[in-house]
Amino acid sequence: MVCDNCRERDSVLKLVQVIDGTPKELHLCERCAAEKGVESAVAAPSPAIGELLQKVQQQLLVGAGGGGTGAGDAAAASARDAVRCTFCSATLADFRSTGRLGCPHCYEAFEGSLRELLRRVHGNARHTGRVYMPPRAETADHGGSLGELRDRLKRAIEAEQFELAADIRDRIRVLE
Amino acid sequence: MPLDLSLLPDGGVIWMDASGEHSDIVLSTRIRLARNIEGYAFTGRARDGERLRVLAQVRDAATQVPALAHNVFVRVDELPATDRLLLHERHLVSKELAGLDAQHPVRSGAAVFLGPDVGVMVNEEDHLRLQSLRSGFALPAAFEAVQQLDRELGARVPYAVHPEFGFLTACPTNTGTGMRASVLIHLPGLVLTKEMGKVLAGLQQMGLTYRGLYGEGSDVVGNFFQISNQTTLGRSEDELLQQLLVVVRRVIASEEDARRILLRDAGYIIEDKVWRAYGTLRYAHSLTFDEAMNFLSGVRLAVGLKLISGLSVYTLNKLLIFSQSAHLSRAEGRALTESEANLVRARYVRHTLAQEAGAP
Repeated sequence: MVCDNCRERDSVLKLVQVIDGTPKELHLCERCAAEKGVESAVAAPSPAIGELLQKVQQQLLVGAGGGGTGAGDAAAASARDAVRCTFCSATLADFRSTGRLGCPHCYEAFEGSLRELLRRVHGNARHTGRVYMPPRAETADHGGSLGELRDRLKRAIEAEQFELAADIRDRIRVLE
Repeated sequence: MPLDLSLLPDGGVIWMDASGEHSDIVLSTRIRLARNIEGYAFTGRARDGERLRVLAQVRDAATQVPALAHNVFVRVDELPATDRLLLHERHLVSKELAGLDAQHPVRSGAAVFLGPDVGVMVNEEDHLRLQSLRSGFALPAAFEAVQQLDRELGARVPYAVHPEFGFLTACPTNTGTGMRASVLIHLPGLVLTKEMGKVLAGLQQMGLTYRGLYGEGSDVVGNFFQISNQTTLGRSEDELLQQLLVVVRRVIASEEDARRILLRDAGYIIEDKVWRAYGTLRYAHSLTFDEAMNFLSGVRLAVGLKLISGLSVYTLNKLLIFSQSAHLSRAEGRALTESEANLVRARYVRHTLAQEAGAP
């Protein structure tokens, strides 16, 4: 079906507008839909976030030229899953199973995958809302207090992140 | 110490007063902002000690936040399950914060600042869930209130932000503005005229979504829908609100049209239906919660269409809240089995309706 707006491209989605109680159907192509403020990525029913991440990861692998053997893909995927957030020791596999990230620093640790995921979920990955300036830290640098470091140490040990754990232990000793 | 909600004006449900715009169709407007504090793991991954430090930091900051000056602080993690359910039934805390799921018991450090206009949940899925609630259709007023709170609190605790992604949240579906603006709306006309499916499909295509009476994961009962923005990133708060505003206005107009059509083309059927609903509520001796919701929906429609007079929207709102299990238990002063609750519910509804003057 041809797009009702430009009458050139194929329509990819149906927009139902209810005006004065009468629904009006519009078949739109992706570009015209976007102009009307409808993101096709958004219009699609959103699957569970973990599933979506899996798709994103697969796509990133293909994009990175990893579209070779299945075994190669699997190896690359498990390598990606092995990357840990240095703050909370969470992995992408953790995110896939819980649907929740571990801490704010996970957004840096998994930036590539998350950017694509955010794009899929929101139709866009760039924040255009309120610009926020955090207050100047009055206490020691955040995450640097003894209590914080001890919690990070426990998490690192649990995740068998021994190098990171040793690093955190050194920082604790300095503070002590 | 038992939970004392009498400290709050109208027990924390001031939105019931039906004073807002379009309050016969729109029950309430709610806006929440998800925020996290820099330097801690998100609530789900945090250890007990971290959550308690988050709470301590927020409590400390809150003493200097004018927007929270009249709020009541409640340690949700120290309340018995019945009180946590009560807070949830009043829409004051989410199911997650109340720890009502057997799989997700209440977390240490779960707390809430309850207030007449704005509130803050601490250690929900995100460290902070700032929210404002208003009677009727009041998006701009609700946003102004929560934005004020956000500015004041954000100047005292450092929120986690990313230069590209905006405010960071535990679930990427909230990242960016962290804002979910929602309108609790009663749409029996669109449901009865079978137009609702089209409206819901339209919502999704506009980047909006809908849920049941209690938010995420809850069923639609009694023709109550919560319409909210689906996406939080890539558009500013104003753009997101404007879109919701325009669409909800359209939905309200469609609902009004549907009601007119119903009355014109099927007046006697509708009249019969709503009076039967009223009759059942007025005289039944056992009512399940879903039954009560559905009949109350019919009666609410009748009041909107002026088929029944002398019954206020305020009373209907009150019935909606106070006929829930935890509220009935509290009124009776003891735990109730389901069948006991059905009997107590029916008695409470009968008495409340009988008290309203003008009802035949």
